[in-house]
Amino acid sequence: MAKILLRNMHKNQSGIIAQVKVGGELGQRVREMGLVPGTKIIVQGRAPLYDPVALRIMGGTLTLRNNEADHIVVEVEES
Amino acid sequence: MSSPITIALAGNPNAGKTTLFNHITGSRQHVGNYPGVTVDYKEGRCRVDGHDCRIVDLPGIYSLSPYSEEEVVARDYLVQERPGVIVNIVDAANLERNLYLSCQFLEMGVPMVIALNMIDVAHDRGIDINHKKLSELIGVPVCPIVARSGKGVKEMMDAAFALGSASQKWQPTHISYGDDLDAVMLEIEQVINNEAFLTELYPARWTAIKYVEEDEQHLRQGDGADASVSTLLQEKVAEVGSHLSQTLGAEPDAMIADHRYGYIKSILRQNVVHRTYDQNRLYTSDKIDKVLTNRFAGPIAMMLILFGLYQFTFTYSELPVAWCESFFGWLNGMASTLLPDGYFKSMITAGVIDGIGGVLGFVPIIMFMFFGISLLEDSGYLARVAFMMDRIFHVFGLHGSSVMAYIVSGGIAGGCAVPGVMATRTLRSRKERLATILTVPFMNCGAKLPVMALLIGTFFSQHNAMYMFFFTVLAWVMALLVAKFLRSTLLRGTATPFVLELPPYRFPTFQGLLIHTWERTWQYIKKAGTVILAISILIWAMMTFPGLPQDQQESFQQQRQQILAHGNGKNGSEELAEGQPLADEAWQEELLLVDAVEAEAALRYSVAGKIGMAIEKVSSLAGFDWRINIALLGGFAAKEVIISTLGTSYSLGGVESDDVASLSATLAAEPDWGPVRALSLIIFVMFYAPCFVTVACIVREAGSWRWGAFSMIFNTVFAFSLSTMIFQIGKVLLG
Repeated sequence: MAKILLRNMHKNQSGIIAQVKVGGELGQRVREMGLVPGTKIIVQGRAPLYDPVALRIMGGTLTLRNNEADHIVVEVEES
Repeated sequence: MSSPITIALAGNPNAGKTTLFNHITGSRQHVGNYPGVTVDYKEGRCRVDGHDCRIVDLPGIYSLSPYSEEEVVARDYLVQERPGVIVNIVDAANLERNLYLSCQFLEMGVPMVIALNMIDVAHDRGIDINHKKLSELIGVPVCPIVARSGKGVKEMMDAAFALGSASQKWQPTHISYGDDLDAVMLEIEQVINNEAFLTELYPARWTAIKYVEEDEQHLRQGDGADASVSTLLQEKVAEVGSHLSQTLGAEPDAMIADHRYGYIKSILRQNVVHRTYDQNRLYTSDKIDKVLTNRFAGPIAMMLILFGLYQFTFTYSELPVAWCESFFGWLNGMASTLLPDGYFKSMITAGVIDGIGGVLGFVPIIMFMFFGISLLEDSGYLARVAFMMDRIFHVFGLHGSSVMAYIVSGGIAGGCAVPGVMATRTLRSRKERLATILTVPFMNCGAKLPVMALLIGTFFSQHNAMYMFFFTVLAWVMALLVAKFLRSTLLRGTATPFVLELPPYRFPTFQGLLIHTWERTWQYIKKAGTVILAISILIWAMMTFPGLPQDQQESFQQQRQQILAHGNGKNGSEELAEGQPLADEAWQEELLLVDAVEAEAALRYSVAGKIGMAIEKVSSLAGFDWRINIALLGGFAAKEVIISTLGTSYSLGGVESDDVASLSATLAAEPDWGPVRALSLIIFVMFYAPCFVTVACIVREAGSWRWGAFSMIFNTVFAFSLSTMIFQIGKVLLG
């Protein structure tokens, strides 16, 4: 197991959120959409210009910008 | 009978709230505005068991945080209006995330029924929910429904009515947020209860949570109610906050959010949800996305779809627009024949009828455009467009969702800024929305096109298409640059997070589309209609009064008589009367010429003409003489008016915007005119103050007349600077 930033995950890679390192509005927005520690995510793909990124989470699809994904640490299988 | 009970509908966007609202209230609904904000407010009526109920549709939200207008509106409504009960509509296929909002309603303690919507879709996806168990665990009624077909809605409404009519105190659910926070929360609650701090508004528990979350709006309210208690509470929170960040590295508000999800997970784990398949399995909708958001196919599909929307709107609205025009033309004709000559007639025809006709002429375009946008929005495609375009728009301080407004306004030449401004409603952040609203009028709308076509056709006829394309690109570049400028000065602020849901594709309901379309169209007619009528009359008056002085009028009258006398030979002394049959075509032409010269003189003599001449000193920097100034002043009514006013000022009589040959020839022959002046004028027309229909919409959508005034002044100054630059440089280069 290794901890990496959500930004660095590749397409179809899955992992478990370990930490969300941001507060304020962005922190609230990220958390209220289900990006909280312990949640499983899969990277579904990226927009044509590589940003934002689309995730599968709790059975739905969510998008966030790469600079927002920088605040999220994910535990992934070593590959 | 007591007053009807109020049922508030609340839930996440995309959970089917609007569909449920439409189903319950049918056509018995109306739209209002919350005072001071631009968030819409929908209210309707329905009957449950023979009792009248008021249904209020709250804005779609994910949380009760203080960060967006929608959220503040929703929670203020709950606290101040105290609805009898809320129906929390929850997407059954997306239960875990949707319950996050429900969780906050539980913490608040407001009486609630949970409507488990789209239970059929969930079932198809292999998700079975034991709603009785869920209801038992969270302590509120849970009713499975299908809002689209109405299945289960009656039972749900019965349950809501029963709960709402039994008046009761709000009973907050206690959720554990970890030992540290629980302890301080208890302390805070005690203080709140002892001091009766805000207890007439909120349960003590809720105030305690909001203080721990350091919710700014609540803190301000608390400071206002009792500053010393508020300070005491904030000190306690600060203490536990620093302790938490040292030991756990987490802020209290983050802890609360995490524990809410913990609470939800612990409930769902108790055999509430049974899944046949893996949760993150891909469905048809996701397979469609593989194509529609694909790196290569996605942008191409997007161009085709947006172009299709455009074609649909502007092709199919052409006919109804023509009907509108011919109706108002007929009305004008009627008024002209029935009313006696004079200022009153002129006001009715040129002021009132043309003004109202101008407003209503847009209605078919708006209806078609909004039908198309609603279709894209309700089906879920708009969120994908935002997703794909965000990278570009983000650079300019905008949001992926801004793209729609730009395209509608004329991003593909020939749109209209009115529906464009209204289309910014899909943007949730105020600053990004304002930056979009203020820059969409730079796009080349359908009314600017005839003006540009005239000037390009006259002075740059060899490269017609190339120039048109160049000006379209220029509009985009300028709009984005100005947006960037506004976002780094007046509208500075961090970008709104792009934490956006891509909802599964759904077939929109026809009823929903129609209601949506009609709503926006009606708002436009109502709001725009009143303002525009007034301004239309004002502009008419400026271009009419104070009329030519007596001696000049008499001199024109004499000229007419001379022509007649000349033509009639000896019968020159005969009285002239309107409608007298004229034998010779030559006279008729000469008479028209006199009319046109008189119209020019009258225009020059009017208030508008005087303004036009007064500002000639300044406007000549950009190469504009008084004739152009008046035309641009008239263009504030509608940009195509520029052509007819220019025609009048060159003594050509009334020039229609689709018949410009004579005007074009006149301009080409004038020594003052040349490519530099034409270019300067094109640029000015593209970027100066939006027409007043657009300004009225900006005022409405921005929520303040100040932004309307800003857009008029700022755009005009901006356009004038550009034009001056072009004219001066052009003069130097071309000698």
